[in-house]
Amino acid sequence: MERISLKKSNLFKVATVFLPLALIPLFDHNPYHLDLFTTVGIYALLAMGLNVVVGFAGLLNLGYAAFFAIGAYTYALLSLHWHCPFWLGLPIAGLVSMFFGFLIGMPSIRVRGDYLAITTLGFGEIVRIAFNNLDAWTGGPNGLLGIARPKLWVPSFEGGLHFETWSFSVNPAPYGYLVLGLVAGTACLLLRLSDSKFGRALVAIREDELAASCMGIPTLKVKLYAFGVSSFIAGIAGCVFAAKQTIITPDSFDFVLSVLILAMVVLGGLGNLWGAVLGAAVLGTLPELLREFADYRMLVFGLIMILMMIFRPQGILGGQLIQRELDVRHKESADGAS
Amino acid sequence: MALLEVKGVSKHFGGVSALSRVSLCVEEREIVGLIGPNGAGKTSFFNCLTGLLKVDEGKILLGRDQRVLSGMSSDRILEAGIARTFQNLRIFRNMTLLENVAIGFHARTRSGLWDAFVRSPRARKEEKMIFDQSRELLRFMGLESFGNEIAANLPYGHQKRLEIARALASSPRLLCLDEPVAGMNPSEKEALAGVIRKIREKNIAVLLIEHDMKVVMPLSDRLVVLDEGEVIAEGRPQDIKNNPRVIQAYLGEG
Ligand SMILES: Nc1ncnc2c1ncn2[C@@H]1O[C@H](COP(=O)(O)OP(=O)(O)OP(=O)(O)O)[C@@H](O)[C@H]1O
Ligand SMILES: [Mg+2]
Repeated sequence: MERISLKKSNLFKVATVFLPLALIPLFDHNPYHLDLFTTVGIYALLAMGLNVVVGFAGLLNLGYAAFFAIGAYTYALLSLHWHCPFWLGLPIAGLVSMFFGFLIGMPSIRVRGDYLAITTLGFGEIVRIAFNNLDAWTGGPNGLLGIARPKLWVPSFEGGLHFETWSFSVNPAPYGYLVLGLVAGTACLLLRLSDSKFGRALVAIREDELAASCMGIPTLKVKLYAFGVSSFIAGIAGCVFAAKQTIITPDSFDFVLSVLILAMVVLGGLGNLWGAVLGAAVLGTLPELLREFADYRMLVFGLIMILMMIFRPQGILGGQLIQRELDVRHKESADGAS
Repeated sequence: MALLEVKGVSKHFGGVSALSRVSLCVEEREIVGLIGPNGAGKTSFFNCLTGLLKVDEGKILLGRDQRVLSGMSSDRILEAGIARTFQNLRIFRNMTLLENVAIGFHARTRSGLWDAFVRSPRARKEEKMIFDQSRELLRFMGLESFGNEIAANLPYGHQKRLEIARALASSPRLLCLDEPVAGMNPSEKEALAGVIRKIREKNIAVLLIEHDMKVVMPLSDRLVVLDEGEVIAEGRPQDIKNNPRVIQAYLGEG
């Protein structure tokens, strides 16, 4: 009963969290801060996307950066070769990335979870190495440069109504708003997803896959959906990243990034959308705050993660559901169907 | 024509023959008791029926159109009309009772992923229907006051009822219950037997595995006796009670 009334306020919840953030660029004109704001936003997109697979579906994806890379390179190539506008490139990048998500997910979701972790880990490395070596297409280690920034069509009334193009520039504020909008939109859609029959089906699969399948849930299909949604979001994030940087190189998408995003999800709270955003904010800004201690950055980072796992394994905002499930998994042993 | 027709189903685990050429049928609105000593193959039979185990040979047919179920996946079999419970209780422990029951509606509702994202009118209508009917089913099983409780926090007897409510949510034509009254006290058993009769009145046939003869004898229209994977007897409860092969099978067990 309460659940149904909660559903209606998803939009409201998203607005209350993200609208105040929209004020930041109005007060803080420091380009360095605004750039960080955008970067954290891209991390938040990635963390929310990875959370769909790791948190909602309970599948481990260790090569998430590859889907981010595919999105980035898709838009870069579209922009460089066909002058594809950003707003068209955005969905295409998502779809191409999703296609690869299905390609990797289809064979490996069938088998047990650990295999998916290994396949995605391998996929992540293969994609990076491929981009590094397909010089003719990707520019190899030098990457691709001159990627077009997003353009907007602004109505103008001088001399009759016509539209003028206005392009994003080095000014980071418009990117900040773009990313904020995408994060808010994604959050809203994912909240809807987790409140739907598919959200419940994913919880049921995590709880007891065999019983879920006996209760009519096509478990492979539902998990594949999760994988597709997740890689779509990574593709979108990649496209924005490419349009912001205007230069991309394969080493922006290495294994460390996959692990970093996973750490954001785990730190914030598996299965909790707000946790993913919070994790992205914490681990996204931490390196900047610790800039003076650059040498010890990874050490501090590792320490935080270890302390988290000891004292709050369900993450900062980890729900009770996940905590109970983690408890159960420790105890669980036999899994025969009787 | 029978609702469920099982023709010569066999299942081996390595050298162990869990089922050998089992044939049986269940008519519409019939309550059939499946009995037999421990290890007779009753649960294995349910697992074959619901697609958790692939049968080695034989056929399983459902309904007037004789749909072949052997070889289908578990979720498709549920859609076709067979729902089950488990001997060792497999509810979704960390979900609420309402959510548990709502899962049973997954196959019956048509809205897809896209409907979920845009929260289409169809999805909204179905969500409302799912929770209204889930509440109704909890009431039917006497659990209406626990709808928002976490399933794991309920006493065992309630959890067993919840599992039946979840199975009923799929609106099955045949409900397979694996030892539904095990672990219950006599008055709970009596009440559940009443519920099973009411389920039959909803036009659902019941296939019931049960060790407690005091429950299964008066409840069943017909009994099928399994021993070491074979059907050794079949008939009305009062006839089965005096069947020498059945008595032998149960005595031989000890
Ligand atoms: N997955 C499996 N792998 C190997 N052997 C199995 C498996 N499942 C069941 N068996 C064997 O098949 C036989 C039948 O077991 P089953 O669980 O079907 O019996 P049952 O009639 O349900 O018994 P009970 O009344 O104790 O529940 C047993 O010998 C059992 O050990
Ligand atoms: Mg059994």
